[in-house]
Amino acid sequence: MPAGSEYLLIPGLPLLAFLLVAAFGLRPQDERAAPVPIIAALCGSLYLSLRALAHVTAAGPQEFSFPWLYVGPVQLDVGVLVDNLSALMMAVVSLVSLLVQIYSIGYMKGEIGYGRYFAYMSLFSGSMLALVISDNIVQTYIFWELVGICSYLLIGFWYRRPAAAAAAKKAFVVTRFGDLGFLTAVLLLSFLGLGIFGFTDLAHAAEQGALSKGLITAVSLLLFCGAVGKSAQFPLHIWLPDAMEGPTPVSALIHAATMVAAGVYLVARTYFLFALAPAALLVVAIIGCLTLFLGATMGVAEDDIKRVLAYSTISQLGYMMLGLAVGGYMAGVFHLTTHAFFKALLFLTAGSVIHSVNTNNMWQMGGLGKRMPITSLTCLVGALALAGIFPLSGFWSKDAVLAAILSSRLPGHQAMFVIALIGVSLTAFYMFRLWFVTFTGKARTEAAEHAHESPWVMTVPLIVLAIIAVIAGALKLHLPFTGGGIAEAIRFGHEPETHSTLVIAGSLLCATAGIGVAWATYRAEHISSASFNARFPAIFQLLKNGWYLNRAWELFAIRVVIGGSALFAWFDRHVVDGMVNGVAWLCGAGSQQLRRLQTGQVQLYAFVIALGIIAALIAILGGAAHGLTFVGGGR
Amino acid sequence: MNWVTTVPLQAYLTLSAALFAIGLLGVLIRRNAIAVLLGVELMLNAANINFVAFWRYEPSASMEGQVFAVIVMTLAAAEAAIALAIILNVYRRFKTVNVDQINLMKG
Repeated sequence: MPAGSEYLLIPGLPLLAFLLVAAFGLRPQDERAAPVPIIAALCGSLYLSLRALAHVTAAGPQEFSFPWLYVGPVQLDVGVLVDNLSALMMAVVSLVSLLVQIYSIGYMKGEIGYGRYFAYMSLFSGSMLALVISDNIVQTYIFWELVGICSYLLIGFWYRRPAAAAAAKKAFVVTRFGDLGFLTAVLLLSFLGLGIFGFTDLAHAAEQGALSKGLITAVSLLLFCGAVGKSAQFPLHIWLPDAMEGPTPVSALIHAATMVAAGVYLVARTYFLFALAPAALLVVAIIGCLTLFLGATMGVAEDDIKRVLAYSTISQLGYMMLGLAVGGYMAGVFHLTTHAFFKALLFLTAGSVIHSVNTNNMWQMGGLGKRMPITSLTCLVGALALAGIFPLSGFWSKDAVLAAILSSRLPGHQAMFVIALIGVSLTAFYMFRLWFVTFTGKARTEAAEHAHESPWVMTVPLIVLAIIAVIAGALKLHLPFTGGGIAEAIRFGHEPETHSTLVIAGSLLCATAGIGVAWATYRAEHISSASFNARFPAIFQLLKNGWYLNRAWELFAIRVVIGGSALFAWFDRHVVDGMVNGVAWLCGAGSQQLRRLQTGQVQLYAFVIALGIIAALIAILGGAAHGLTFVGGGR
Repeated sequence: MNWVTTVPLQAYLTLSAALFAIGLLGVLIRRNAIAVLLGVELMLNAANINFVAFWRYEPSASMEGQVFAVIVMTLAAAEAAIALAIILNVYRRFKTVNVDQINLMKG
């Protein structure tokens, strides 16, 4: 089999499974079999992407493409680009998707629309794999939109619930703001650029200096705009917490592998542009820094177990963006990888808890550690990994990001380092707040007392993910079977290797401090969170309401957007419609006048005809007198 | 030279023009549909005079002028038949042949 078609199968298999389920698996009596083709397809994708990963780490990037469309002088290709970055991403996406799908069999059991759920999930995974493997920016954009529509369908899976329908719409509309930037970037590249879209060609052109500095900066910023929407960066992060209305495995997929990873992946994929645009990198760094801080602070005051994790995702995505921006290309991608595993794990444990207790509110849980030992332990592993405790995967990747920040040459990187360290503390704090409140102490409700462990089909993926979350840090090491460390192989230019005891000590200290405070507050109850909230109601309210950013957007939407729209509506109604109505009125009024000619008097008509003939005769004869000839009369 | 040729062509043309003008005037100002029809007949005959006159003063031996005159007469007969039929129907419908009062098509 030629290698190109083998790579095409990686996204192709889940997409085929989607077609199969969409065609045959939606009727209630067929639904039970719906997971089978999807899980088989994802197994195939996983196997093929691992093979691709092994192949490209040994043999270098592979690219296959063929022309698709000619639009004027512009040629559009379809193709696949498999290099270290995309192969690693595909492996992560297919592995996480596979585990999430297996978990879904248990979680979604008995739901209405079981088949529809698996069809959407399969389309989602397939679109993401296709996005990752695309070798040009137009193809990426197509699958980028497909990922967006899948997230809309899945967040709104329980579309009969108004909150879910609203959240789906919100996610779709908010990310569209960003997509507009991406689209503009593609258009800029086709009109002002060289009309080339392939990543390899673009990178080459950018290196040779064939693209102007201004264009590179503009395109980078616009691409980042798309990434801000998709990867839930400030100020477009507001859709992500609401996206928790979807089924929990969907959240796990969105947060770990598919939707939000796309933005970070896009920045990593087009990093050759960012690298030449220091201004764009600074913007990315500032947004990333703001996002990681705001996300972490919002997570501290949230009571909904899934929303805590959502804010945590926002914050971690901020780390990834910041890592990329400060020149830590490997660090950003590495953190994306490890985060995918432990965040999927955390969401699935949250789903397991919710499945058992039937509530999202942590304060209605408590003491679940005894009743759900596997969920509790795997969640602890996820929390430790997220907090960045040695030697779990999160430690290595977060460390790499922090080291990259410290050794960066961007202005203000010391301040960013401090904020990132504070973020580490906050992360540890909110994660262990979640864990202590949910799994330790006494059961606070009837439902929590009668909680029971989830079935094996749900716990096995948890255990697998937990093991990966522990060992994924090894990707960074020089292991024999990865041919020199996969994460090491993903680098851009000559990234300095950074080891700093300050970073390791600082991050471990901050994380432990966060865990300690969480323990003192929510386990040992030395510190009363209630009295803190009572003493500083302003801070509590600020965090609880997510810095009022939702309100700010609402106000913006109502005042500016609707106000502005009212202006345009007035213009449309009075000027545009006025012109149309004016033409109609003119025709009517003119006809009103012209109808007077229609007298019904035959003799008047005859008179006018006679006058016309006389006039024509005079014209012809007069013209002939002046030596003019008429058409047909000149012979 | 026979006597006809002693009358100049202009005399025939003048007669024909006068006849045509009288016919046209009849078509335009008479109220009675029958009278309008008579006006039309006058105009057709004015044209006939022209055809014949030009034929006579034309040096070639072609017969077009006479042929056209015969065709016009035939046409006039056919037209009279149809026009009278229409007028008859109009009279049945409107109880009048006064063209002023037949103005259903007024806009």
